[in-house]
Amino acid sequence: MSRLTGCFAQLQEQGKKAFVSFITAGDPEPSVTVPALHSLVEGGVDILELGVPFSDPEADGPSIQRSSERALQQGVTLSMVLDMVSDFRKSNEHTPIVLMGYLNSILSMGESTFFERASQCGVDGLIMVNLPPEESSGLSIHAEANEIDLIYLVAPTTPDKRIKLIVENVQGFIYYVSLKGITGASHLDTASVEEQVSVLKSHAKLPIVVGFGIKTPEQAAASASLADGIVVGSELVDTMATTQSNELIPERLQAKAQSFRDALDG
Amino acid sequence: MDRVNDPYSAPDELGHFGEYGGRFVAETLIHALEELNELYESIKSDQAFWAAFDEDLTNYVGRPSPLYYAQRLTEHVSGAQIFLKREDLNHTGAHKINNTVGQALLASRMGKQRIIAETGAGQHGVATATVAARLGVECTVYMGADDIVRQAPNVYRMKMLGTHVESVSSGSRTLKDAMNEAMRDWVTNVDTTHYIIGSVAGPHPYPAMVRDFQAVIGRECRAQCEERFGGLPEALIACVGGGSNAMGLFYPFVNDLKVELIGVEAAGKGLSTDEHAASLCEGKPGVLHGSRTYLLADDDGLIKETSSISAGLDYPGVGPEHSYWKDLQRAQYVAVTDEQAIEAFHLLNRLEGILPALESSHAIAYALIEAAKRPSSDRIVINLSGRGDKDIGTMAEIDGIQI
Repeated sequence: MSRLTGCFAQLQEQGKKAFVSFITAGDPEPSVTVPALHSLVEGGVDILELGVPFSDPEADGPSIQRSSERALQQGVTLSMVLDMVSDFRKSNEHTPIVLMGYLNSILSMGESTFFERASQCGVDGLIMVNLPPEESSGLSIHAEANEIDLIYLVAPTTPDKRIKLIVENVQGFIYYVSLKGITGASHLDTASVEEQVSVLKSHAKLPIVVGFGIKTPEQAAASASLADGIVVGSELVDTMATTQSNELIPERLQAKAQSFRDALDG
Repeated sequence: MDRVNDPYSAPDELGHFGEYGGRFVAETLIHALEELNELYESIKSDQAFWAAFDEDLTNYVGRPSPLYYAQRLTEHVSGAQIFLKREDLNHTGAHKINNTVGQALLASRMGKQRIIAETGAGQHGVATATVAARLGVECTVYMGADDIVRQAPNVYRMKMLGTHVESVSSGSRTLKDAMNEAMRDWVTNVDTTHYIIGSVAGPHPYPAMVRDFQAVIGRECRAQCEERFGGLPEALIACVGGGSNAMGLFYPFVNDLKVELIGVEAAGKGLSTDEHAASLCEGKPGVLHGSRTYLLADDDGLIKETSSISAGLDYPGVGPEHSYWKDLQRAQYVAVTDEQAIEAFHLLNRLEGILPALESSHAIAYALIEAAKRPSSDRIVINLSGRGDKDIGTMAEIDGIQI
């Protein structure tokens, strides 16, 4: 059983919702990332999304754009991100890690090299923001061979017939984008999320996780009640950005994560 | 007349030109692209649509644009005869209006009440602001902060047309960043907004659709050549940033294998430096802004900052069909430096009394080299894609003159 499947099975057994966190690898500097990931797990995160910084993050809002810029200023590369995952795995074998980013990073490394290394380092899943299932045949062969789940997004604008296509291709979990917009936008409408997630549920066998625009523990709890879990990204990235000293980041992240965990379990 | 389909049939139905093109965008945009594609497919054989398009091109844009024999330039080179396809004489001063007029008709069929665009040199921004004013819809144009400085007259012009010009200060503060920001806007406002991409770039159906609107340039050119010298020219030369003016001129000749197609990229400070924008000459295939195409990226796949004196060519990618033609060797792609372009800019001014855009000056610069290699029986058509009024500030600065 893959780490992702195992994780959702365990959560279901415990009657808990999945808490997925996002931070950008190497932000604000490479040495912070692994301690930050451990602190998120300590704060109650179930699944770690790790952003691969890219020069042109066209689906990301200002918070994640800036985190990407900070990481790139530190010279962070995809290869370094994989090393960070490997480092994290030395003391955590169980928490699933999903890399999120843009296709050109992987194409440049070469699909086969990337997936072999990612698998060795302990990566469990991959979300490519600009890769719809129609264009994914080149990647999916390698992903399958290396047992890495390709996770696709479903958007509020996705018509029913496309939902079927995505559901047939998706692995691990389904990422429901809770608003029309970029990451960190502020117009989350839980009523419309509810309606669309219920449509999605009728097609999907895999867990559904809701993300984009969840900023407060209250929103997290409300969104989680409609699905199997939630993603918090920009809020965590902002927490890191506003922490005065890098040494304090793990502590503050853990406290922030804990506030979301408490709301989800509450 | 079938405007769109010929023996050459790319792209396929998913928008692939061989291994290039496609639709690499966030899921939120897929539905809008599918809707746009359905509409675009439906208008291909819609006589009423093309009649409205032609009406606008004739009476609003001022087409056909002349094919001008540049006698003094030809004498100067003493080689092949040089003709200029005068897109600079179009309303708003460049070829960009051909596409925005077409997309405005589509936007109004879709009932979209808001239009957005990205712009580099500002020509596409002005052309978009122009059709938005005419449609009476809200318009926002994204423009890199650096480009706003170097193309100030166009910025003011857009504002006078009632368009909001949004300055983009992320990344390299040029065209690619403006396009990122326009995509972010579109993702957020996709229900109400039509995104008029200004080049043969972006996700399917844009590369094919923009090509089909710009192909009026090549169709006219063919007819004008037949009339002028009873045959086709030996070579066509156009500058390539995203590649829409080149594609517009070249595409109607794609099956005429005897006609050489030459695209001229911006070599900036030289191809041996890192300061250029020659994606086809120096790049490698990758994915950016919705399609797979040649890109200037580093070993980690990060998009490089480009450099060109011409804002309209200062772009690290290129339309996917050009990538396809490069690999097929149907067209060849070369590059000229800022310095060569500036020289050509002045030369055309002095010899022909025509002020070319710095973008188009790249095509002229290479045509001088190409014409000199050829006999006087050869005929070369240069796409004079835009006029240079917008570049007067840049040129004055180079010459150290305050205007």
